[in-house]
Amino acid sequence: MATEILMPALSPTMEEGTLAKWLVKEGDTVASGDIIAEIETDKATMEFEAVDEGVIGKILVEAGTEGVKVNTPIAILVAEGEDVPAEGAKAETAPAPAALNDSEGKLAAPASAAPAPAAPKADTSPDWPEGTAMKTQTVREALRDAMAEEMRSSDDVFVMGEEVAEYQGAYKITQGLLDEFGAKRVIDTPITEHGFAGIGVGAAFGGLRPIVEFMTFNFAMQAIDHIINSAAKTLYMSGGQMGCPIVFRGPNGAAARVGAQHSQCYAAWYAQIPGLKVVMPYSAADAKGLLKQAIRDPNPVIFLENEILYGRSFDVPVLDDFTIPFGKAKIWREGTDVTIVSFGIGMTYALEAAERLAKDGISAEVIDLRTIRPMDTDAILASVMKTNRLITVEEGFPQGSVGNYITSVVMERAFDYLDAPVINLAGKDVPMPYAANLEKLALVTTDEVVEAARKVTYR
Amino acid sequence: MAVKKPAAKSNVSAEELLGYYRDMLLIRRFEEKAGQLYGMGLIGGFCHLYIGQEAVVVGLEAAAKEGDKRITSYRDHGHMLACGMDPKGVMAELTGREGGYSKGKGGSMHMFSKEKHFYGGHGIVGAQVPLGAGLAFSDRYKGNDNVTFTYFGDGAANQGQVYETYNMAMLWDLPVIFVIENNKYAMGTSVQRATKSPSLWERGAAYGIKGEEVDGMDVLAVKAAGEKAVAHCRAGKGPYILEVMTYRYRGHSMSDPAKYRTRDEVQKMRQERDAIEHVRELLLQGKHATEDDLKNIDKDIKAIVNEAAEFSKESPEPALEELWTDIYA
Repeated sequence: MATEILMPALSPTMEEGTLAKWLVKEGDTVASGDIIAEIETDKATMEFEAVDEGVIGKILVEAGTEGVKVNTPIAILVAEGEDVPAEGAKAETAPAPAALNDSEGKLAAPASAAPAPAAPKADTSPDWPEGTAMKTQTVREALRDAMAEEMRSSDDVFVMGEEVAEYQGAYKITQGLLDEFGAKRVIDTPITEHGFAGIGVGAAFGGLRPIVEFMTFNFAMQAIDHIINSAAKTLYMSGGQMGCPIVFRGPNGAAARVGAQHSQCYAAWYAQIPGLKVVMPYSAADAKGLLKQAIRDPNPVIFLENEILYGRSFDVPVLDDFTIPFGKAKIWREGTDVTIVSFGIGMTYALEAAERLAKDGISAEVIDLRTIRPMDTDAILASVMKTNRLITVEEGFPQGSVGNYITSVVMERAFDYLDAPVINLAGKDVPMPYAANLEKLALVTTDEVVEAARKVTYR
Repeated sequence: MAVKKPAAKSNVSAEELLGYYRDMLLIRRFEEKAGQLYGMGLIGGFCHLYIGQEAVVVGLEAAAKEGDKRITSYRDHGHMLACGMDPKGVMAELTGREGGYSKGKGGSMHMFSKEKHFYGGHGIVGAQVPLGAGLAFSDRYKGNDNVTFTYFGDGAANQGQVYETYNMAMLWDLPVIFVIENNKYAMGTSVQRATKSPSLWERGAAYGIKGEEVDGMDVLAVKAAGEKAVAHCRAGKGPYILEVMTYRYRGHSMSDPAKYRTRDEVQKMRQERDAIEHVRELLLQGKHATEDDLKNIDKDIKAIVNEAAEFSKESPEPALEELWTDIYA
């Protein structure tokens, strides 16, 4: 049976090329792998190999022809002793490339552009049963208890990182875990973030539930390829076969006087990535409930803590087991005049500002996102539809911030409710300076939140 | 055909040899077909063929047992076929169709099979090395005797994360076999132009990891080295390095004009050291098979590959809703 040899595509973008040279002539016998022609693409001259055996029956496109479209027949290959089919007779053509373009259909609309949803409503259900006894705990203790409880309930959970075991944690978050769980499950690593993040991801592929501690998230930049390319994307790339249940946790954002390389908030960076979940708790109860949820989640979770918050005390429910669901914001303070949305340490400024504003008769509603991805946009929208004003507060850099994203959601879905432009408060657009006075200036402050609230309420 | 090495092992059965012949031939014919489909525009993007390197994966798979894991880079079609993944599912992934291993969402570089313990298919050079050590970590943690074959190329051998991984793999006695597939070129840069190290496996010595160089064009030599490495790992002695000297006949990817080496160099390897021809000679010389037997195998393989190609064309493109699935478990 005669076969048409078609002009090949020799690069991801090639549509046509020049048939520079034939290395065979009519009547030549060729075997699979023999180079039969040279073809020039826009990038290079490529050798073109025969993919089947046979005899070159007829050359259809002369050497030197420019602009030969991909898939144009350039020669006819016949079997030994076979005649070239007569003009017009149809040689067997290699597969119909038409099949490639049969999907001109419209893409399914992304969730954010879905047709008018029902009026957004905040989920204000309590995180734990009314009347639950509470105790005072620091964020540090709450995080440790969360890990210890989950390690008791599943042998597959282990924690690895620098100084997590014998040193008891650089920030003492893993204090006592080595004594209780032993060196098999509380693992000191060498200083090698890229390597141990990858090993952690591989262990998750292998069925374990690693908690990878970064001494701070600044060092996770060394490992970001594994967090994004290996952990976040594998479920999708495998068509749902292979997930990556892992928690990357550690302090994030500015501490105090540690300079540019150790003071940066990564919330907006990781929040960009489909496949990741991003958590940034403020209170001790949330730190505990969200970390337990993160360890149980079948997806990679970025758990952003804050060094300054570690030592702060909050009420934590006394319960054998409780978790906080992802994607559920917490309304810390109800108000009617302006909505202040924040997360993590930003909540400190938001709450202080609300207190001061109340004294001046401005009623601020303060929302703690708790999880940046998934984000409880309904809680934000419901609040903005009530107060008609929005301020966002975070410590990260201003360009491409979490606040910028929130603003875009509010513009799309609640534009008509806004009585003033949204204000995004963020860290200043500079690397963190060391000098005490400059560092203070670089961070977002309670004064700025108060000032922004006055501005949007025109008071 | 000048086959330099006679049968390396006398204790190899005809059945085994025929199995290696079939497995290697399947990879070669599959890859040739993939190249053909790429030329026709049915396969897009990057497509890295394994032609020339077949003895590496076939030899090492011969040393593996059920439960062992494998992970590699983007030049992954051969590894998938060698561990028993369905050629139809692999080819349909190359054409981006619903019937592919990743439902068309992964492509040539990203396929996985939980059933066959194949963990990808990774596109960032060297990233699969710590991932492979992590898989081995999971087996050691669970206390079984599985090993993980972690494949990477001579190019990846210069990535820092490889050495971070060596350090921890040895520190924690991880049952991982680091297989350096040295095909002499990292894209267009020869090993000699990328390092002054006389050999790549010897770098493991800095971490106390044992290893050796292996003739990657001789499937029996690869198998023997694989068995030694596997025994080392299963005995709890930690990682092992195999630097398997091999050669890729085709370009780095389909769009590689291959100007960094001469056509003669490629031809010489093909004619003098081809791994498939080597086994073919052993089979014929040892009177384990006749020309007709081998022709019949060729025919069978061609049929399997054609069936895979047909499937990959007929399988529909993924449903549009698939864009939004499998992002979160």
